[in-house]
Amino acid sequence: MTINDGNDKPAVWVKNLTRKFGDFTAVDNISFNVGKGEIFGFLGPNGAGKSTTIRMLCGIIEQTSGDGYVGGYSIRGENDRIKKITGYMSQKFSLYNDLTPAENLEFYSGVYGMPAAKRRERMEWALEMSGLESRRHDLTGDLPQGFKQRLALGAAILHQPSILFLDEPTAGVDPLSRRDFWELIYSLSASGVTVFVTTHYMDEAEHCDRIAFIDKGILIKLDTPRALKNLQLSGRIFEIIAAEWLKAFNLLRNERRGFGEVSLFGTKIHLNFIGDDFSAVESLLREKNIPVESARHIPPSLEDVFVALLRPAQISDYEG
Amino acid sequence: MIEVRNLVKRFGSRDALKGINLHIEKGMIFALVGADGAGKTTLLRTLAGILTPDDGEISILGRDIIKDPECAKEHIGYLSQRFSLNPSLTVAENIDFFGALFQVPYGEREKRTKRLMEFSRLGPFRDRQAGKLSGGMKQKLALCCALIHTPDILLLDEPTTGVDPISRRELWEILYDLLGEGVTIVVSTPYMDEAERAGEIMLIHNGRAVISGTLDQLKASYRYFLFEAVCDQNRQALRLVSDHLGKNRVMFFGDRLHIALNDGSESAGIKSLLENSGIQILSLLKIDPGLEDIFIQETSGDN
Ligand SMILES: Nc1ncnc2c1ncn2[C@@H]1O[C@H](COP(=O)(O)OP(=O)(O)OP(=O)(O)O)[C@@H](O)[C@H]1O
Ligand SMILES: [Mg+2]
Repeated sequence: MTINDGNDKPAVWVKNLTRKFGDFTAVDNISFNVGKGEIFGFLGPNGAGKSTTIRMLCGIIEQTSGDGYVGGYSIRGENDRIKKITGYMSQKFSLYNDLTPAENLEFYSGVYGMPAAKRRERMEWALEMSGLESRRHDLTGDLPQGFKQRLALGAAILHQPSILFLDEPTAGVDPLSRRDFWELIYSLSASGVTVFVTTHYMDEAEHCDRIAFIDKGILIKLDTPRALKNLQLSGRIFEIIAAEWLKAFNLLRNERRGFGEVSLFGTKIHLNFIGDDFSAVESLLREKNIPVESARHIPPSLEDVFVALLRPAQISDYEG
Repeated sequence: MIEVRNLVKRFGSRDALKGINLHIEKGMIFALVGADGAGKTTLLRTLAGILTPDDGEISILGRDIIKDPECAKEHIGYLSQRFSLNPSLTVAENIDFFGALFQVPYGEREKRTKRLMEFSRLGPFRDRQAGKLSGGMKQKLALCCALIHTPDILLLDEPTTGVDPISRRELWEILYDLLGEGVTIVVSTPYMDEAERAGEIMLIHNGRAVISGTLDQLKASYRYFLFEAVCDQNRQALRLVSDHLGKNRVMFFGDRLHIALNDGSESAGIKSLLENSGIQILSLLKIDPGLEDIFIQETSGDN
């Protein structure tokens, strides 16, 4: 979804970027581009290096080696420029709980060095966008999580950045507020803002234009959600529905080695079946007197792909 | 096991809990869901004996914990949303600290730690200071500390927020194992797919229990005919249907749309609405509602 404004340089350009902490490599030689106006999802297990990458791109920490350009500016030495054109919403809530929403925004407009004339207008805009006009004088700490996150987004885009880094913006946010939040992301993207976002909600990841999977600092896949779902997995995904789903699940997870990884989606069981003949599964369940309502081969969801790509690697790693 | 009657809690002029009733049996998982700020944390903290309610009764294991908050504490393990680890202690030291605090016998502690390291994948980082872990790794360490002993009742406030999809699954496997040992678990979560797996679910909205029961009971309370649509242009389709039916009647569920209709026959109208605008419908099926659909019905402004 590249916006054609006659300047087709990518919004974010990363080459062999690496960050070490002592002798531990948190981000390991990653390279990728993000197009202008693109919604770019950055996914991976805890500790994969997502926040570390974002912090390097925003100029908060330095890279150990490699290169990066954000909005055409180098992360080696042009951090002041980068800060002017990027917005950053950190994983840890970064607003003051003992200030009101209006005071928090006032504070940020100062940090960004916005001209006084512009401040009022943008603050009002941010309060309206976050739905906090009527609660502008409440303490931020008393706001529900969803509102806090929207306020944090408002603060991050007060200075109208063209590139936005959102680190788990919807963690702990309820289903309706999450959808509202994504509406905001879409409208920003539609207006040409590049959005670089991390999330552990795979249903949200479906809404990204492209997704990068990283694990242990290494970029392992980068593609559109559709292409990722068409990846050849180690097995075929079967969805099993049974009234006694927990019994069935416990049974199948003990057979993991023979049948493949099994995981729950709500009360539905997904089996990434690695065998040839699925009737072996059905007869095992029958043998144990667990009636099956339905069992069918389904196309994988992004969450299936995430689990399939990242789970086995992690398990063997632990045992090794 | 846990019996709550007409629980009321106020903070200043705000009513956080407006008369909650609960009955939780031994050895079950009970899930609390609700919009942001609905009162889940307040309820859990009141059950843990940390907050004193303004009105109502709580009995846990037959004891009145409002009169005697200390008596229940030895039976309750509580993981707060803002659990504080010691950032300068390592992963292993934090776990050991809690193991000692809860007086878990040494052999048992070893066994437990091994299992918890497996779920959390923190094994390779056992000598790293807690302050240097990623956000999700901190959350998982907090969980390890809370799960190092086996209380009769476990109260977990959003244990999986910030936790990746793989560890989330493995945490639930640990919860099932604890369930097998007879532990009673009360858990709040923003993930509807997790709550669906609980024996009973309570949806709290503005300090009140809007609905509660087994998943099947909640499903029976769903008023709409739910359709799942997959279109070639989902985004435009959402706009159109939303303008036609109202904002909260059509929602994205990953790469699909859920459309809540008053009547099954309305689906023909939706079909032509979309097709007349040049949108290709790849599939349109009547489906059973999930907890997320029920959540939306109960908490969106349409009610
Ligand atoms: N200051 C530091 N010192 C040592 N190690 C660090 C430091 N900061 C981060 N790390 C390590 O770098 C790795 C990557 O951390 P990062 O925060 O980038 O992960 P993440 O992908 O954002 O994970 P999460 O999903 O949990 O937020 C982790 O192993 C973390 O412990
Ligand atoms: Mg992070």
